[in-house]
Amino acid sequence: MADLLIELFSEEIPARMQPRARDDLKKLVTEGLVQAGLTYASAGAFSTPRRLTLSVEGLTAESRPVREERKGPSTTAPQQAIDGFLRSTGLTLDQLERRADKKGETFYAVVEKPGRAAADIVAEVLETTIRTFPWPKSMRWGAGTLRWVRPLQGILCLLSDETGAHVVPLTVDGIEAGNTTEGHRFMGNGRFTVSGFDDYVVKLKRARVVLDTAEREAAIWQAAQNLAFAAGMEVVPDAGLLNEVAGLVEWPVPLMGRIADAFLSLPPEVLQTSMKEHQKFFSVRNPKTGRIEGFVTVANIEAPDGGATILKGNQKVLAARLSDAKFFWENDLRVAKAGMGEWVEGLKSVTFQAKLGSQADRIARIAALAREIAPLVGANADDAEQAAKIAKLDLRSAMVGEFPELQGVMGRYYALEAGEKPAVADAARDHWRPRGESDGVPTEPVSVAVALADKIDTLTGFWAIDEKPTGSKDPFALRRAALGVIRLVLGSLYRSGLLPVLDKAEAKNIFATLKLRESQKQELLEELSGVTDEMSHSKIGEIRRTATSMSRVMIDAKSGANGANVAVSAEVLDLLSFFHDRLKVFLKDQGIRHDIIDACLAMPGNDDLTLLVKRAEALAAVMKTEDGANLLQGFKRANNILSQAEAKDGVEYSFGADLKFAETDEERALFAALDKAEATITPAMKAEDFATAMAAMAALRQPIDAFFTAVQVNSDNQVVRRNRLNLLHRIRAVCSGVADLNRIEG
Amino acid sequence: MSEAPTTPRSFQEIILRLQAYWASKGCAVLQPYDMEVGAGTFHPATTLRSLGSKPWAAAYVQPSRRPTDGRYGENPNRLQHYYQYQVIIKPSPPDMQELYLGSLAAIGIDLGLHDIRFVEDDWESPTLGAWGLGWEVWCDGMEVSQFTYFQQVGGHDCKPVSGELTYGLERLAMYVMGVDHVMDMPFNDPSSLIPLKYGDIFRQTEEEYSRHNFDGASTEMLFQHFKDAEAECERLLAFDPVDPKNGKTIIMAHPAYDQTIKASHLFNLLDARGVISVTERQAYIGRVRALAKQCADAFRRTEAGADL
Repeated sequence: MADLLIELFSEEIPARMQPRARDDLKKLVTEGLVQAGLTYASAGAFSTPRRLTLSVEGLTAESRPVREERKGPSTTAPQQAIDGFLRSTGLTLDQLERRADKKGETFYAVVEKPGRAAADIVAEVLETTIRTFPWPKSMRWGAGTLRWVRPLQGILCLLSDETGAHVVPLTVDGIEAGNTTEGHRFMGNGRFTVSGFDDYVVKLKRARVVLDTAEREAAIWQAAQNLAFAAGMEVVPDAGLLNEVAGLVEWPVPLMGRIADAFLSLPPEVLQTSMKEHQKFFSVRNPKTGRIEGFVTVANIEAPDGGATILKGNQKVLAARLSDAKFFWENDLRVAKAGMGEWVEGLKSVTFQAKLGSQADRIARIAALAREIAPLVGANADDAEQAAKIAKLDLRSAMVGEFPELQGVMGRYYALEAGEKPAVADAARDHWRPRGESDGVPTEPVSVAVALADKIDTLTGFWAIDEKPTGSKDPFALRRAALGVIRLVLGSLYRSGLLPVLDKAEAKNIFATLKLRESQKQELLEELSGVTDEMSHSKIGEIRRTATSMSRVMIDAKSGANGANVAVSAEVLDLLSFFHDRLKVFLKDQGIRHDIIDACLAMPGNDDLTLLVKRAEALAAVMKTEDGANLLQGFKRANNILSQAEAKDGVEYSFGADLKFAETDEERALFAALDKAEATITPAMKAEDFATAMAAMAALRQPIDAFFTAVQVNSDNQVVRRNRLNLLHRIRAVCSGVADLNRIEG
Repeated sequence: MSEAPTTPRSFQEIILRLQAYWASKGCAVLQPYDMEVGAGTFHPATTLRSLGSKPWAAAYVQPSRRPTDGRYGENPNRLQHYYQYQVIIKPSPPDMQELYLGSLAAIGIDLGLHDIRFVEDDWESPTLGAWGLGWEVWCDGMEVSQFTYFQQVGGHDCKPVSGELTYGLERLAMYVMGVDHVMDMPFNDPSSLIPLKYGDIFRQTEEEYSRHNFDGASTEMLFQHFKDAEAECERLLAFDPVDPKNGKTIIMAHPAYDQTIKASHLFNLLDARGVISVTERQAYIGRVRALAKQCADAFRRTEAGADL
């Protein structure tokens, strides 16, 4: 047994790349060793800004000898075949074994590979690992050809066993492996020799390097908390920042400073973002005031003045940064207090998308849409419209120009300054959500209305100009937007079909792509907003066509040119099926199979996502029961017999089956069961109580099974046969009202 | 690195110390390039000389112009005209980081007292078609230099790789001397017979150029000059490499590159004048890059840019 220690010493490795690099080093080396026939007990990888280290314990001293046996051709096979076998094995004829078997005698090639010393294998594996290391970005340096994340300066590679520690002989692009390393760049004391992992860790620490990132993180967090606590303050936790900072230092020395009073009036998000993004400072909060009043910076050196110079320098840099932020904030406040009109004007000249017009055009569309969606989600229409109008104004603010990640957060502050209602201001912050899968959805109705309107406008817009996601390309994050709509709908009161909303939004985006006079556009939009009834689709189609004919030049708008018979434009239906695809992915993550969803998608009203999901959940639940699974078989059997008969006879057996032609008890029982099921299912479906409807459907399993066991459908008596086929039709009809069971597999 | 560093007393002393230091490390101390450039990297001693396999080591001060950064001399550390100190060594020596740290010590930064950090920062110049990996160097949280290993310039792989250092001189000097406003920084020794501050030399020019860059420059003329520079660059490169007067092969890579530098600066001025839209911006950058690339191609065919 031996222990292996590898250190790849380089110039500073970016902090964000270290975690992956540790995993990759461990994986590549250990897999390489195992593949070459070695085994090991345990392995651990470590990183500091200047080194990647791997320790492997309990490594076998040599690989097991391998005996490989290959069966060749028969000894009587043509010479050509035998030559081919010799070539492929690299052996000569007298090295082959002849073995007798049933068919006669066959050649066998037996290759014995002796065990190899661990050192040879390690050298080989490490060189391959270094040369093929999957850095997200790598570089060359000097006159060499090797690639590493930054110049690789040294390799330490040591195998130690009872006889002592031995350097594994290895040279990569002129860098020769050895048994020495160095410590901290400024506090270390030259190179030193190590004899194994424990010795390495101890000597590194003596040379002011903490090898383990987790240990550095813990030390930083502990010291930061102590500093804050001593001053009656608390550190704002930030795991991502802690991880990054731990990757920037070998010997962490946290230092705490105060933010100058002049900056304390800045919103906490601004202070936190500025300090974190620019300076990698932790924020320190005063629990009494709830304000961010201090910071912790983590130095990489123990300075003789206790860090006073370092702290002073950092404080100075921070002051410069915060002066900028304060300048932005005060400028923005001035605009906000004046009602944000400057930003409204400004957004008119900002292009959202070349074909879809300016940000101002986009906001107008979203506002109109938010107004329409508002009643569907329980929001006040005026509030929703107003919220949509102001929600994106912060895009023009200086602060968001500097810190794009504060978009929304600043919008809320500025909206409040402009005198907007809290619900309206909140929508400025929350309408961006969900920003990703892990982000929650807003629940406040005004925010929901604007969030939906925003995302639906984006989707219909890009659909209108045919910029849909393809394969891995989704530059406008439309999949995320669609998933956002799905989650917003499911999380809110929204309980109507999506199609009318999509249709109208799409029409507005089409108008945007057309060259229309302002008066024409207004006329069209007014007509569009008047559409509310059941006839919406054909009416919208009509308006769309009017728009197209008004437009002198059509720019890339494919819709509107559809034939007069198309009620909903093909683009809108295509978009709906895009939603359905996203919904499938979404439900699959929740454990609902795609065929179950397909069975529900085939039902009418499939643009009502809430209904769709309720139906799918109920169907998935019932299909997990024994009754459900068996009912599916019964249904398919009934449907098959019926379909074949219908195809053969060229008629549809949908005429009501009559109980008086029933001959057996099982037949009569099925009549009764269907009556009973129908009596339950019809009102349950109307009430969207899918669980009850599906349970009633599943209860048909027993009578259907019994029917098929006892009854021959294709009776010689044509009257009886027809009646039975009509009875099967009732099974189909009853089940098809719930879901399209044909689409379920199994 | 261990000698006790003393704090320089003036801006020029920092420059002089850097010159002396890099001269002692074997760099040819060049003078600034005599054209308007946005950064020291544009000096042909860096862009062109980083191409080809011939060893190279140079250091120089380069006045740099960023028309959009003009603040009429009021901002404590933003200027439309400032100085960069540039070091370029090809191939990058194995101890380039140590050499750099030595230069910090030389200008009075006590490496035991300050917190020096190499923080990931990948460099890219879309107008030069160039990129490299390296760091921004922090001293107590303040960026004091850029450190880059050139990987590509003008679309050509850098083989061998050059190591490049860029010091923002005003910012660095202000930090070292503890000055809060650039205009208050002593330019020469404060005990001189005629002590001059940075502001005595540059406050007025910052005002004048700020007005010029934002409002004064004729955009019509700038657009025309951009076109002219672009056409001239391509025209010069289209010459037969063999000069009929003497039968020698003379490729006019440097004169053509001068036109690229011009085009780049004209673009920066147009940008400051606010007459280039977001979409046009990319197109202009692409046009300058195309010139830079052609110059790099041409330089590679010359003796100085060849592979040995």
